[in-house]
Amino acid sequence: MNPIYARRRRKDIVIRGLCIGAAAFGVTWLALILITLLYNGIAGLNLQIFVADTPPPGSSEGGLRNAIVGSIIMTVLGVGIGAPLGLFAGTYLAEYGRNDKLTSVIRFINDILLSAPSIIIGLFIYGAVVVPMRGFSAIAGALALAVIVIPVVLRTTEDMLLLVPNALREAASALGLPRSLVIKRIAYRAARSGLITGVLLATARVAGETAPLLFTALSNQFFSLGLNKTMANLPVTINNFVQSPYAYWKQLAWSGALLITITVLALNIGARILGAERTAK
Amino acid sequence: MAVESNVIDAAGPYDRAKALSAFKLGDLTFYWITRLSAISVLLILGGIIISLIVGAFPAMKAYGLSFLWTQRWAPSADPPVLGALGPMYGTLVTSFIAMLIAIPVGLGIAIFLTELCPQWLRRPIGMAVELLAGIPSIIYGMWGFFVLGPFLANTFQPFMIKIFDGVPVLGAIFAGPPSYLSLFNAALILAIMVLPFITSISVDVFKTVPPVLKEAAYGVGCTTWEVVRSVVIPYTRVGIIGGVMLALGRALGETMAVTFIIGNSFRISSSIFAPGTTISAAIASEFAESDGLHQSGLILLGLLLFVLTFFVLAGARLMLLRLEKKAGK
Repeated sequence: MNPIYARRRRKDIVIRGLCIGAAAFGVTWLALILITLLYNGIAGLNLQIFVADTPPPGSSEGGLRNAIVGSIIMTVLGVGIGAPLGLFAGTYLAEYGRNDKLTSVIRFINDILLSAPSIIIGLFIYGAVVVPMRGFSAIAGALALAVIVIPVVLRTTEDMLLLVPNALREAASALGLPRSLVIKRIAYRAARSGLITGVLLATARVAGETAPLLFTALSNQFFSLGLNKTMANLPVTINNFVQSPYAYWKQLAWSGALLITITVLALNIGARILGAERTAK
Repeated sequence: MAVESNVIDAAGPYDRAKALSAFKLGDLTFYWITRLSAISVLLILGGIIISLIVGAFPAMKAYGLSFLWTQRWAPSADPPVLGALGPMYGTLVTSFIAMLIAIPVGLGIAIFLTELCPQWLRRPIGMAVELLAGIPSIIYGMWGFFVLGPFLANTFQPFMIKIFDGVPVLGAIFAGPPSYLSLFNAALILAIMVLPFITSISVDVFKTVPPVLKEAAYGVGCTTWEVVRSVVIPYTRVGIIGGVMLALGRALGETMAVTFIIGNSFRISSSIFAPGTTISAAIASEFAESDGLHQSGLILLGLLLFVLTFFVLAGARLMLLRLEKKAGK
C-alpha cells in the first residue's frame, strides 16, 4: 500500500481506538460508582433504616427515618414552590413574550442561574432568609431548593411549549377561545409529558443537593416536622456521618447514599423515558 | 379552569357580555401571573448579588484589595487575617486540570457516539454518560474519599512521582508524598462530573453539521478522523467552546465532591498531589461555624466565585447563541 495511505489509515485506527476508549472510560466510572454504592450500601439496607431515627455517637442502633422524612418534606416544598413559578415563567417566555426584549434577557439570566454554583444559592438564602428569621430552618432549606428548581422547570417548559404547533393555537383562537384558555387547555395539554419531564428532572436535581442545605436547613439529630426549626435531611446527614470515626454511622451514610442515588437515577430515567415518548410521536 | 364554564352555566339562558368580561378578567390575571413569574428570575439574580455584597461588605472594608493576594488564612487570629489566594489558586488549578482531562475524553465520546457507534448502542451509552450528570455531588465526594483517593495514593501518585523525580518543573508539580486528599484527586472527580456536559453539547452540535458536507469529505476519500478534524470540528467550533465553558462554569463552583477530597489546606503548594482548597470547599466546610469578619470573608469568597462563574457562563451562552443564529440562517 502507498505509505501515505498507510499512515493515514494507521492514524485513523489509533484515533478511533482512543474514542472507543473514551466511551469505555465514561461508562466505567458510572459502573464503578454504582457497584461501590451497592456493595457498601446494601448490607445496611433493612427495615430499621426507615423506622428508627439517626443514632447518637457511638450507638449501633438507629436508622435514617428523620432524615428521609425531612428530605421528602423539603424536596416536596421546594418543588411545590419552585415548579409553579418556573412553569408560569416559562409560559410567559414561550406564549406571550416570544419576540420581547425582556424574554431574551430573562432567558439569558435563567441559563446562567441554571448552572450557578449551588453553594452560592445557599449563601443567598442564608443572607435573605436565615439571618432575618434569626435561625436555620426547614423553610429556608426548601426555599434554597426552590431557587434551584425554577431555572430547570422554566427552561424545559419554554422548550416544550415552543414545540407545540402554532396551528393548534390558531385553531383554538379561531373558535373564540381567549388567550389564557388557549394556553391552559391546548398548549399545556399538547406539551403535558414534556412539562412533567421538566418537573421530574428538577426534582431529581434537588433531591441530592447538599451544599445549599448546609447552612439553611442545617440538620437535626431528632425527628422534627417544624418548618421553622432545623430539619434532618439525607444529604447533610450523609455528609456528617461519612467523616465520622463510628463504623455504624459510616454504614448508615452508605445506605443513605444508595437510597438517594437510586431515587435520583430513577427520576432521571423516568423523565428521559417520558421525554423520549414525546419526541417519538 | 372551571371558573369560566361555571359562569356560563350560571348565567342562565345567555348572558354574553358577562361571560366575555369573565374571560377578559381571567385572561388578564393569567397574563400577569406568568409575567411576574418571569420577572422573578431577574429578582432572584438581583437578590443573589445584593445579599452577597451586603454580607461581604465588612470584609471588603477591612481587607480591601489585599484580600486577593494574601495567602494567610487565620480566622481565629485577633483580628482575623484572611486572604483569598489559596482558595482562588485551588479553584483555578483543579478546574484547569479537570478541563485538561475532560475536554479530550468528552469530545472522544461525542465522536464515538456520532460517527463510530453502532445505532443500537447509541442510546444506552448516551444515557449512561448523561446519568453521570444525575448522580448527586455528595455521592462523588464519598466515592472519591473512600475509593478513588486510596487507589490513586497507592498506585498512580507514586508512579508519577517516581517518573518525574529530578526533572525540573515537572518534578515539582508531581512531588510527593502521595496523599488521599489532594488537588489532583479533586480535579479527576471534577473531570468525571463535567464530562456529560461536554459530551451532550458536543453531540448536539455535531448533529447540526449538514450531512452533505461530511458525505463530500468521505467521497473524496477522507478517513473518519480526517472528516471529524477538518469538517465536523471547524463547523461546530463555537458550539464546542460554548459547551466547554459551560462545563468550566460547573467545575469552578462544584462543592460537595471537592470538599470531601481536597483536604482543606489554605497553603499553596507547587505539587498537585498536595492537599489544597477551593472557594466552594472553604465556604462549605467553614461557614456554619463562622461569625463576624470570618463569615463576611467567606461571603466575599462566594462573591468572587459568583462573579467568576457568571462571566464564564455568560461567555458560554453567548457562544452557543452565536451558533444557534448560524443554524437558524
